Amino acid sequence: MIQIEYFLFVSAIMMFAGIYGFITRKSTLAILLSIELMLNAADINFAVFNRLLYPNGHEGLFFAIFGIAIAAAESAVAIAIMINIYRQLQNISVDQLTKMKW
Amino acid sequence: MNAQDIMFVILAVLIVCSSIATVVTKSIVRAATYLLFVLLGTAGLYFLLGYTFLGSVQIMVYAGGIIVLYVFSILLTSGKQERLTENSRLKSLSALLLSLVGLAVVVGIFWAHGFIGAETLTAPSEAATPSMHQIGEHMLSTDRKGYLLPFEAVSVLLLACIVGGLLIARKR
Repeated sequence: MIQIEYFLFVSAIMMFAGIYGFITRKSTLAILLSIELMLNAADINFAVFNRLLYPNGHEGLFFAIFGIAIAAAESAVAIAIMINIYRQLQNISVDQLTKMKW
Repeated sequence: MNAQDIMFVILAVLIVCSSIATVVTKSIVRAATYLLFVLLGTAGLYFLLGYTFLGSVQIMVYAGGIIVLYVFSILLTSGKQERLTENSRLKSLSALLLSLVGLAVVVGIFWAHGFIGAETLTAPSEAATPSMHQIGEHMLSTDRKGYLLPFEAVSVLLLACIVGGLLIARKR
């Protein structure tokens, strides 16, 4: 039988795939995609722990909803920054973004 | 195995394969498409848990909004050079080793210590599936289980995000 704990294994695999992508990717947009994977794994964990430990409350559900809203805001601002960087430098690879390096 | 278990296995295989494909594929448009599959599979997991409102928010905000935003910005910024550059072998091997060790630690801890009240996956009870009415009342109430303050904080955050996005990305 499938235990509800098995959801946590799925989200752990998603989290560490995101960490791998965050370390290895060079394009800033691909790094943002990896960050979305990690945020999504955290949201799954909120919902699963709510169901697993306190099924009659709704705290994890609301945390996950607010987490989704914050992830949307974060990715919108980050994409605006990338587009601005692209206008200035015609490149969004992290190798080339050395202008602000001290 | 009942129908819920079969759905969980299908969704878990979809999510695991797509999330690994998101971080190893060479084309960034494909990475965004695989991320879309991961997010839809996650919405399926929420439906399985009985959180239908959360699943529909996930589909509307993530799959409908954020992925479209990503595809737009990929097409705006990458143009011809949409292939992702390669890493050195040592760096990708060490990153792989790091994530595998972390995954082994987390999964090992889950495996060794079962959670209190761990239950098998069954159809969620009536009390565990919040209705739209309950969610709206929680969202707009100020008592002990109300979420009016974070709700308003998120609306201010979204406003700040709109203004900031326009200010950063406008043409000068």
